[in-house]
Amino acid sequence: MLKEFEFVGLLGAITFTIPFVTLLLAWLLRPKKPNPAKQETYESGVQTIGDTWVRFKAQYYIYALIFVVFDIEAVFLFPFAVALNQLPLYALVWAIVFILLLFDGLLYAWRKGALHWT
Amino acid sequence: MQGVIDFLVSLNIPYVNASVARYIVLQVLAAIVAVAAPAGLIILTWLERKIIARIQDRLGPNRAGPFGLLQAIADMVKMFTKEDITPAKADRLVYNIAPGLGMFAAIMAFAVIPFAPGFAGTQMNVGLLYIVAIGGLGTLAILMAGWASNNKYALLGAFRAVAMLLTYEIPMVMTLVMVAVVAGSMSMVDVVEAQSGMWFVVSMPVAFLIFFLSGVAEVGRSPFDLVEAESEIIAGFHTEYSGIKFGMIMIAEYVHMFALSFFTAVLFLGGWQIPFIDVAALPAPFAAILGLISLLVKVFFFVFVMMWLRGTLPRFRIDHLLDFGWKFLVPLTLVLLIGVAFVIRLFAPGSSVGIPVAAGPLSGLGMPGQVVALLVTNLLVLGLALVVVSSAARRTRSKALRAVSAVDSPVPTAGK
Repeated sequence: MLKEFEFVGLLGAITFTIPFVTLLLAWLLRPKKPNPAKQETYESGVQTIGDTWVRFKAQYYIYALIFVVFDIEAVFLFPFAVALNQLPLYALVWAIVFILLLFDGLLYAWRKGALHWT
Repeated sequence: MQGVIDFLVSLNIPYVNASVARYIVLQVLAAIVAVAAPAGLIILTWLERKIIARIQDRLGPNRAGPFGLLQAIADMVKMFTKEDITPAKADRLVYNIAPGLGMFAAIMAFAVIPFAPGFAGTQMNVGLLYIVAIGGLGTLAILMAGWASNNKYALLGAFRAVAMLLTYEIPMVMTLVMVAVVAGSMSMVDVVEAQSGMWFVVSMPVAFLIFFLSGVAEVGRSPFDLVEAESEIIAGFHTEYSGIKFGMIMIAEYVHMFALSFFTAVLFLGGWQIPFIDVAALPAPFAAILGLISLLVKVFFFVFVMMWLRGTLPRFRIDHLLDFGWKFLVPLTLVLLIGVAFVIRLFAPGSSVGIPVAAGPLSGLGMPGQVVALLVTNLLVLGLALVVVSSAARRTRSKALRAVSAVDSPVPTAGK
């Protein structure tokens, strides 16, 4: 079991160093002359007004909530998918019922207007 | 890979036994993957600029080196020597981590790809889940970059990116479940071997299209590039990035696109398989070389298709994009998944391991029957979806037309 993740670990160790090497090389090569005008927030030349981190459009969060439901569904569906050949027919029927229940949830969210971009 | 290990052991170098040799081979393979994936960027940027240029009736880069081949290297030198500006208001730590994390996530996606028969870094039994997990890490990098920049356009871009990636992750995961159902395993190596009879693109064309489309959306390329829509939000989440950190974000994007092409080729086009030739049965060095070439041909085909899409299609609007994802692709994949699972159960060979399970009623028809049944199911579901969508569209259109005509011309009979 752990052997399967050996390669992921080795690749991870090498990959982890790549951004550091890149940043170090660039740090050695690049000019460093910061000034306040350069470091301003870029808005095509216009002075930025107010704070960026304010309350944001709620629609994004609603989509995220619906997504969580489906993502958890996927966790349950993968074991079913792999074992399908070793399962009796009623297991398939229950899996279909499970998918349909989620489908029903999607329809409910849809009818409630959660999928409507205002 | 086993051949290389045996060769190393047969050299009789002191201390090199089978497990040390295996470790060396894995380490070398990891190093090659970790370096080759970002180095592929050089050829990819050149290809992209040339292809887009040809589509737009231009020549593209043709000054630096033969055919402009050294252009990417010139660009890279420029990235390294440009000043790196960090905005004063940015959250410095997160701002600096984000590009590196993006790059890390993109390269790590290559860990589970079987490159040739016997040449896979890992036979991980949760390979398909690993793809999804690593893809999620890339999304996190985008959100971090957009949030930490403390720029309204960057934040808007990041939010759009996350909404879009979440939306298209569901159809993608569902098609992965379909692949797992048909292959009977989540390991990428097993998925490739399951396609030795017939590639999944033939038996499940609709699933393939959905996977590729949502993959393009995951990478955030045209026509799904409203994450970095220049005409609306400057450059989206990487507005505030300059110098090498901008370069790293670009590298991450291109490596991600490369990885997606690899996934599509492995999951639906049989990976290293070649039609009518049993690659795995060839003598070891030929099998590895032919397999790798076959995989790369498929990969570059998908890379070309993505560039072609970018040169041809205009950008989506965000509400259209989300509607297409949630109201079309998600229901379509759910229905398709039910259909595919049903067909596979009908053709299941049955088993006597553990609880004995009877064979499916159609298992006598074997592989060809299963392929035909899957194909018919796919086309039926797609046809059904198109009928439902077109009738719904007709209804909304006629409603809108009635509303317009009611405003434009008061009912003519009303005055008389």
